[in-house]
Amino acid sequence: MGKSLYDKVFEKHAVRQLQEGQYQLLMGLHLIHEVTSPQAFSMLRERGLTVPYPERTFATCDHIIPTKSQLRPFQDELAEQMLVELEKNCAQYGIRYLSPKKGEQGIVHVVGPELGLTQPGTTVCCGDSHTSTHGAFGAIAFGIGTTQVRDVLATQTLAMDKLKVRRIEVNGKLRPGVYAKDVVLYVIQQLGVQGGMGYAYEFGGTVFDAFTMEERMTVCNMSIEGGARCGYVNPDATTYAYLKDREYSPKGAAWEQAVKYWDSMRSDADAAYDHIVQYRAQDIEPMVTWGITPAQSTAVNAKLPQASSFAEGDRPLIEEAYQYMGFTPGAALAGQKIDVAFIGSCTNGRFSDFEEVVKHLKASGKKVKPGVRALVVPGSQKVRERMIEAGFDKVFTEAGFEFREAGCSMCLAMNPDKLVGRELCASSSNRNFKGRQGSPTGRTLLMSPVMVAAAAISGGVADAREVFAIKS
Amino acid sequence: MQDVKRTVITGKAISLDGNDIDTDRIIPARFLRCVTFDDLGAHAFEDDRKQLAEKGKRHAFDDPSRQEARVLVVDRNFGCGSSREHAPQALMRWNKGIAAIIGESYAEIFFGNCVALGVPCLTATHDAIQELKKELASDPALEISVDLERKEARAGKVRAALSMPEGARKQLLTGRWDSSTELLEGKAAIASTAKALPYFGHWH
Repeated sequence: MGKSLYDKVFEKHAVRQLQEGQYQLLMGLHLIHEVTSPQAFSMLRERGLTVPYPERTFATCDHIIPTKSQLRPFQDELAEQMLVELEKNCAQYGIRYLSPKKGEQGIVHVVGPELGLTQPGTTVCCGDSHTSTHGAFGAIAFGIGTTQVRDVLATQTLAMDKLKVRRIEVNGKLRPGVYAKDVVLYVIQQLGVQGGMGYAYEFGGTVFDAFTMEERMTVCNMSIEGGARCGYVNPDATTYAYLKDREYSPKGAAWEQAVKYWDSMRSDADAAYDHIVQYRAQDIEPMVTWGITPAQSTAVNAKLPQASSFAEGDRPLIEEAYQYMGFTPGAALAGQKIDVAFIGSCTNGRFSDFEEVVKHLKASGKKVKPGVRALVVPGSQKVRERMIEAGFDKVFTEAGFEFREAGCSMCLAMNPDKLVGRELCASSSNRNFKGRQGSPTGRTLLMSPVMVAAAAISGGVADAREVFAIKS
Repeated sequence: MQDVKRTVITGKAISLDGNDIDTDRIIPARFLRCVTFDDLGAHAFEDDRKQLAEKGKRHAFDDPSRQEARVLVVDRNFGCGSSREHAPQALMRWNKGIAAIIGESYAEIFFGNCVALGVPCLTATHDAIQELKKELASDPALEISVDLERKEARAGKVRAALSMPEGARKQLLTGRWDSSTELLEGKAAIASTAKALPYFGHWH
């Protein structure tokens, strides 16, 4: 039997087996941000430890940065203190800080790939659960806690258990108006939010083969929402074309050498998997979450499920979700009035996400319904710059969206972009947990960027295929 | 010096009902705007607590008879979502500090964070958890013993079999859960593994 990419990368990076059976795993790339790193640096200082491989750690600021104005000092003193701390730590330990002043800043999972830092056949970690995003390049990438950030800074390694591998195949052709976001929401709905526990997810099949890198990133990003700490796609010509000529991509003879290595790390045709599931692309519809976990989703035109259609043990959570959201089983979500629309985040804040929305806004000439607060937040300063060059800022503002600075924004309630009271938000982000978007009673509906735009225009949940006349 | 070995943890208990309790609920994101973990304890489950209070109900963490609890009993997929170590840190710093957790299952990053902090997360079957919860509900003063050596929880007349991945259990039993020391010992092996990787220090 052959090996999967996961097995190969794990073997190549395993330093040794530790006393209690775990493996010491070498990290090729370590990314840090202002929220989960300050305490790690404090621990280093307390213990008198150094950072032996500072050139393998890169820092950015994303969670706390305001998106209306990035001017310093920030109005929020706590946020300012966190950023000062990050800048100080990077300077002291010789870590490259991707500074807003230099136009390099952005969400950690957008800037890593953008710079060519994320590469196939490597290990990537960050004190952030959405590090699974980087698996799109055929890397083993996962989120860690702050104590582990300390370990990586001090040793460039982590103590890890080996995961099982589940191959998730989606074959066939997606219907028009169905996007990568719908695919991953569908997979999570099928396998559940704890279905990936103990597994790495390998995404394969004709749908993933045809996806762009940005689409692959959307899917891998949400692996963690299905309980899988990491998810990946095997590297191919699409991966290499994306990586060519980026700042940290290999150049010249090194490029040829790199491609050879990357090819060798792909899962073998006869690789052994612990589990395989297969789905048909044509079964996937535009998806919307209706509850308080990313698995509580439905096709946009379907009726909301009855609690009785779930296993008995799951029913209390289903009932809790209906109560929190204020929705009724059997009713349709389409037409449900929204207050806020948010396009951005590490799931859907890349150039092609906005490009697809702009295409439909231009073709339809439609505008955001008065009363809906609609935000467009680029995932990085570079994405923002490209959007301006392409004239997207004008298209969005003329259609009634606010065009903001780069950051995590309304995904997670650590900066001024927040829901108020029980507001309902159509969001291209990744988590619909209670209170996730900043109001303890705020409500989130996860969907694709085009679906968010359709909701913003309609003033309520709508099938983007109808709003934008997308022909199936 | 503080004893780092985790063999038997005994104390009063607190139970939470519900699957998929995420780390945003354990510690809402606004409290992550900090550069130390010191003040997180008071804010554990803050939004859940407030919302229940507004409805005239009471969250377990607001129950006066449970304020001394050291063992937390939960359901399935506890600690899912964000990787924030602030979640176990908040639990560790809540009142006397949660020192052990028993549940049906845990999200992996949360589990790893707990082990790294010396907080054992043990699992038991659904039925065993329900039985434990019932027994603990009957008397707030009842103490529970979480025995890592015998893989067993004892509370009143209830005995529940516990499990935990062997590596993590041994780390806690021997007091070697603070990973840094052992990882640092691998210095030479780290350098040679790095050297053998084609990209490390070459094109990347």
